[in-house]
Amino acid sequence: MTCVHLLLTLVFAVSLGTPVEIQRPRGVPLTSIQFYVENKPFTCLDGSRAIPFDRVNDDYCDCKDGSDEPGTAACPNGSFHCTNAGYRPMFIPSSRINDGICDCCDTTDEYNSGAKCENTCKELGRKEREVLQKMAEITKEGFLLKQHLIEEAKKGQQEKKSKVTDMQGNKKQLDEKVEVLRTVKETAEQPEKEAKERHLKAWEEQKAAIRLEKDKAKMAEAFFVSVSELQSHAELDADADGTLTETEAQGLMGGAEQVDTSTFESVWPNIKDKYHSEVSREEADMSCLVSSEVPFGKMFFFFFTVVKLSAQKARDDFEEAEKALREMDDQIRNIEKELSFDFGPDAEFTYLYSQCYELTTSEYIYRLCPFNRISQKPKYGGSETNLGTWGSWSGPENNKYLLMKYEHGTGCWQGPNRSTTVKLTCGKETVVTSTSEPSRCEYLMEFTTPAVCQEPANTDLSPHDHEEL
Amino acid sequence: YYFYLCGVVIFRWVLLIVLLCVSARAVDRSNFKTCEQSAFCKRQKELKPGQSPYRALLDTLELSDSRITLQLINDNNKVRLLLELYRLQGNMTRVKINELKPLKPRYEVPDVLISDPFTETLSVVSQDENSLVLSLGGKDQRLIVSAQPFRLDIVEGPQVLVSLNSRGLLAFEHLRARKDTKSELEQVTEQENVEQRTDEDGQIKEEEDKPGMWEETFKSHTDSKPNGPSSISLDFSLPGVEHVYGIPEHADTLKLKNTDGSDPYRLYNLDVFQYELHNPMALYGAVPVLISHSTDRTMGIFWLNAAETWVDISSNTAGKVRVISSEAPQTDVRWISESGIIDVFIMLGPKPADVFTQYASLTGTQSFPPLTALAYHQCRWNYNDQEDVKSVDQGFDEHDIPYDFIWLDIEHADGKRYFTWDPSKFPQPKEMLQGLMDKRRKLVAIVDPHIRVDSGYKIHNEILSKNFYVKNKDGGDYEGWCWPGNSGYPDFTNPEMRAWWASKFAYEQYEGSMENQYVWNDMNEPSVFNGPEVTMHKDALHGGWEHRDVHNLYGLYVQKATADGLVERSGGVERPFVLTRAFFAGSQRYGAVWTGDNAAEWGHLKISIPMCLSLGLAGISFCGADVGGFFKHPSAELLVRWYQAGAYQPFFRAHAHIDTPRREPWLFGPENTALIREAIRQRYALLPYWYQLFYNAHRTGYPVMRPLWVEYPDDVATFSIEDEYLIGKDLLVHPVTDEGATAVTAYLPGKGEVWYDVHTFQKHDGEQSLYIPVTMSSIPVFQRGGSIICRKDRVRRSSSCMENDPYTLYAALNSQGSAEGELYIDDFHTFNFEKAKQFVHRHLSFSANTLSSRNLAPDSQFSTASWIEKIVIIGGSQPSSATLKNADGTESALEFEFDSTLAVLTLRKPGVNAAADWTVILR
Repeated sequence: MTCVHLLLTLVFAVSLGTPVEIQRPRGVPLTSIQFYVENKPFTCLDGSRAIPFDRVNDDYCDCKDGSDEPGTAACPNGSFHCTNAGYRPMFIPSSRINDGICDCCDTTDEYNSGAKCENTCKELGRKEREVLQKMAEITKEGFLLKQHLIEEAKKGQQEKKSKVTDMQGNKKQLDEKVEVLRTVKETAEQPEKEAKERHLKAWEEQKAAIRLEKDKAKMAEAFFVSVSELQSHAELDADADGTLTETEAQGLMGGAEQVDTSTFESVWPNIKDKYHSEVSREEADMSCLVSSEVPFGKMFFFFFTVVKLSAQKARDDFEEAEKALREMDDQIRNIEKELSFDFGPDAEFTYLYSQCYELTTSEYIYRLCPFNRISQKPKYGGSETNLGTWGSWSGPENNKYLLMKYEHGTGCWQGPNRSTTVKLTCGKETVVTSTSEPSRCEYLMEFTTPAVCQEPANTDLSPHDHEEL
Repeated sequence: YYFYLCGVVIFRWVLLIVLLCVSARAVDRSNFKTCEQSAFCKRQKELKPGQSPYRALLDTLELSDSRITLQLINDNNKVRLLLELYRLQGNMTRVKINELKPLKPRYEVPDVLISDPFTETLSVVSQDENSLVLSLGGKDQRLIVSAQPFRLDIVEGPQVLVSLNSRGLLAFEHLRARKDTKSELEQVTEQENVEQRTDEDGQIKEEEDKPGMWEETFKSHTDSKPNGPSSISLDFSLPGVEHVYGIPEHADTLKLKNTDGSDPYRLYNLDVFQYELHNPMALYGAVPVLISHSTDRTMGIFWLNAAETWVDISSNTAGKVRVISSEAPQTDVRWISESGIIDVFIMLGPKPADVFTQYASLTGTQSFPPLTALAYHQCRWNYNDQEDVKSVDQGFDEHDIPYDFIWLDIEHADGKRYFTWDPSKFPQPKEMLQGLMDKRRKLVAIVDPHIRVDSGYKIHNEILSKNFYVKNKDGGDYEGWCWPGNSGYPDFTNPEMRAWWASKFAYEQYEGSMENQYVWNDMNEPSVFNGPEVTMHKDALHGGWEHRDVHNLYGLYVQKATADGLVERSGGVERPFVLTRAFFAGSQRYGAVWTGDNAAEWGHLKISIPMCLSLGLAGISFCGADVGGFFKHPSAELLVRWYQAGAYQPFFRAHAHIDTPRREPWLFGPENTALIREAIRQRYALLPYWYQLFYNAHRTGYPVMRPLWVEYPDDVATFSIEDEYLIGKDLLVHPVTDEGATAVTAYLPGKGEVWYDVHTFQKHDGEQSLYIPVTMSSIPVFQRGGSIICRKDRVRRSSSCMENDPYTLYAALNSQGSAEGELYIDDFHTFNFEKAKQFVHRHLSFSANTLSSRNLAPDSQFSTASWIEKIVIIGGSQPSSATLKNADGTESALEFEFDSTLAVLTLRKPGVNAAADWTVILR
């Protein structure tokens, strides 16, 4: 049990096809072979002590750094190297040696546990090569697409920038135009205004007369209030619009003989609530009359139309110019906003702007609108939930453009506001591939886009490059 | 899809109900009764200490070999009671009191005692007109029955150990017919029954009805109480006692408090949302066992009653400075239960270990869990789907952190229909389980006792057709709201129902289950969201008994039936592992218990120690608290400290509420990941010790996690300590439970004892308070000088992977230079240790420079691949040689190293098989 094979003869198939035997202790990588020399004392790799060579891999931990037991589980901090010919070599913690679980595809980690491991390196290597091949193709094509995206983005950006410049020039002209038209409009409106006022005055007089008649007939019975009486009613005054004085009423109506009635009439709407029970229906008639529109007589209408026509044109011209100015402002703002986004070092993410991408799962439809927001809508009806609005790029320091963070979505009960992390991977297509909610109200979305495809390192895809020998 | 959506909607709705019932953060106390609001408790508490109306009728004495009976009469109402006294093997006295002729039978708790306790002869020593003296056997132990007023005293020589009814609080509400509905027949019966119920003038004294006797309303719930009042009460006086413990479960101090100014401690299994610390409110489980301790004696009182119970504790020294008090200390305990009979076991000790043995002889010992259950458990409400399970599993390997179990909460099931899998999240459960099995890991899936009422659900239909549901007071199936929405509650008190339930765990019945899947029973108080106090109506019916009678037993039965199912599915081969939230006396026989829905707060971390210690004293050793805290989000510091504490508590599981952010060990930065990894690794290295302690707990009933006073019963300084504890008797743990702590002060007990820091081997004398500076990596743990602890220092990714690994022996020498310990090994998962005596049990001892391994179980046999890789002798001296002698007489020299500053001797690679006889001699 405690006696473990000290040395292991390893046979490798080198790419040349010539078998080479290299003797070394179990679990030692070729790069460290020089430290393990048979029949010479072994010095722990941290230099802490030297031990006889027969204590290397004797299933007892002598070195603090675990270097004397590369092939056994004796040291808590040791590591075991598997060659994995045909696949990738790797280190595993020595606690995984003979633990009954196949970790190395070449089965070398389970030499004494009874675990039935099969050498799967060739298969894994083949699969990995296939995957790498596929990835390489995707990367290659994706990278080409990315170049287009960059070109387009740069072109677009340039266009937008010059457009903004142009627009800013145009805007200046528009500003001036608006000012000119404003003056024209105001001049043209003068006769119209006067005519209107004149007629309004006439109408008010007429209305007052009608009112007086009605009031006299009906209201007098209901209640009669003289001006002095009215003014003595402090509570009514307080309720009334404080500026509603006799003088004002006179000014409005323009007839001294009607002052009393008109004062009363002005106060009437304010006091009518108080007298409501007594006044009953007449009050309703009255308020109807007061609020009705100014009627235009035939003569007035003719005159007014002429005046109005000339004013209207000036008005339309002005409004049109003002609108154009507003629109231009909006356009400039929008373009400036777009230009202010960080679309990547080469603006490669520009094309995602103002686009939306959907993914339908068994329960929900997820919608990613890059640089804007993410939402989730139940497939079978129900309201939409905001999973976050654009926050920032939040990938690792060396490439922050691998993750997008969307924040401040709809709040969760007793929890945070919903937020989503979007993980970007290289792909030919721009598509949302999966969503999940790893933690309550914290979503993860996977998104492929050519924009993150890196330039392929070289055309040689052989994984053997990284393999030992 | 419809049902699925429905489930979601219902779930939200139910959640809403739960929320509406609670205030924002902590428990809403108004959901739970105070004694004042519990009619029987209020009635009983109105009775004050004084002269008891009960009189023993000594002329009714009947004496047989196994028991003595005599009648008691209440002189106020002339109702007669029957008193039964038993002397039980192992120094216990059983006192039973029932009505002599109850109107109908009163409930006597079944299935809790493992068998009829063995009795010993009670003999009459003397008798006069007012007393009867019985011998309880050796040591001048006597049981004295005083006739008027009735009282019982157990004495040893001149010393009174315990007195019953000395304060006159025996109160037995006899069953009576309801006045307005008496039938003729009942009247006749009653006439017979109360023939003596006349006062001196020969007139029948009718007791007046008090409020709440025949109906009681709490909040919107009315309890119909068709049987009327039935409560019971009895007081116990413990002279010389200042410290009493036990009666879990309460989120309170280890030493029970005086309840004079507050509510009594309540025992009534309840689902308490966001429970508060330091109060006597009832929680999820109830073990009506109280342990008293003084330097003179340790005793226990086991009140076998499953109804709602209140325990009043009154101490004449509470809050007083000892010097001022001239009277001898005394603690009075009063038990009040709503129904059933008085059936009490007085465990007379005298040592703590004796009380554990006595209680174990009544209710059985801790089940011996499979080793894997003692390892680390990773839980969360909820691991979302198979992919999630897989990636968490991989996360542990990527970060090189061991774990044995991943857990699935209620969301794994299809619409909360337990025994099923959500088809979209867990479409291939066997594939998932196989993936875990390939890594020698396991899974727990929750199975709760509330069953979704749904005609498309097989389990429901079968229960319905077999008529296994609990009934409401009108005889229809009882229904209540729980996670799935409208739910039925199987009647687990029915043995046929339990057998059926157990059969549902068979692999062919529980589709998608495999042998590495175990079970967790939650909500088994039972929790009924829309029931009174979030539980079942007391007038619901379990066959002929009311829920009132059986309430605290329900959870025990659920776990028992589930554990039986796991045993059966393996053909009786495999040891089960079932976790429960609700429990009762005897639950230790069925698995593990956790302290329910705690919170990510430092106070909750601290309270986990006294809560588990109290459970251990009451027989339930396999206890743990949710690491990290269930509700809320722990800071990285709290999480790390909780892992460090949890690694040294019996049941070690991290758990989190669904609304909390993820908190797998690697999500708090590399430093915290390393700290958590180290804590978990320490647990794995110590698994041999934990396993051996559980084996011993299973054999003896001794708690695994022990208050210091259990091992140092004469050291008064230990009696109230609850921030540190012993694992077995050899490891003392003082976890850091304060935010920002830079030091802890640990009390190291034992005059003449020495303690060694297990991390540094630094030596400290006993009977001192030790100031220990701490950093974030500190877990203060000390090994007792005089002990040998076996560890497996090759920590791997799961405990199963370590099965055949070698042991390292840590022998910590006492001041005499000696030490001893044990090593227990078996297959770690089957019953073969019991059925076929397949195990290794070694005694390891070091004295006079000789360390030897001796067989403790010569008639057992088991072969292990494990060997001894290293022996570390702490506190030793430098030898000139070390020789290993094998059983066959061969000898070999061992290499060694000696660290003279710490006096640590390390013997290199003895290499002997762990099951072999061997000796190492130092010269």
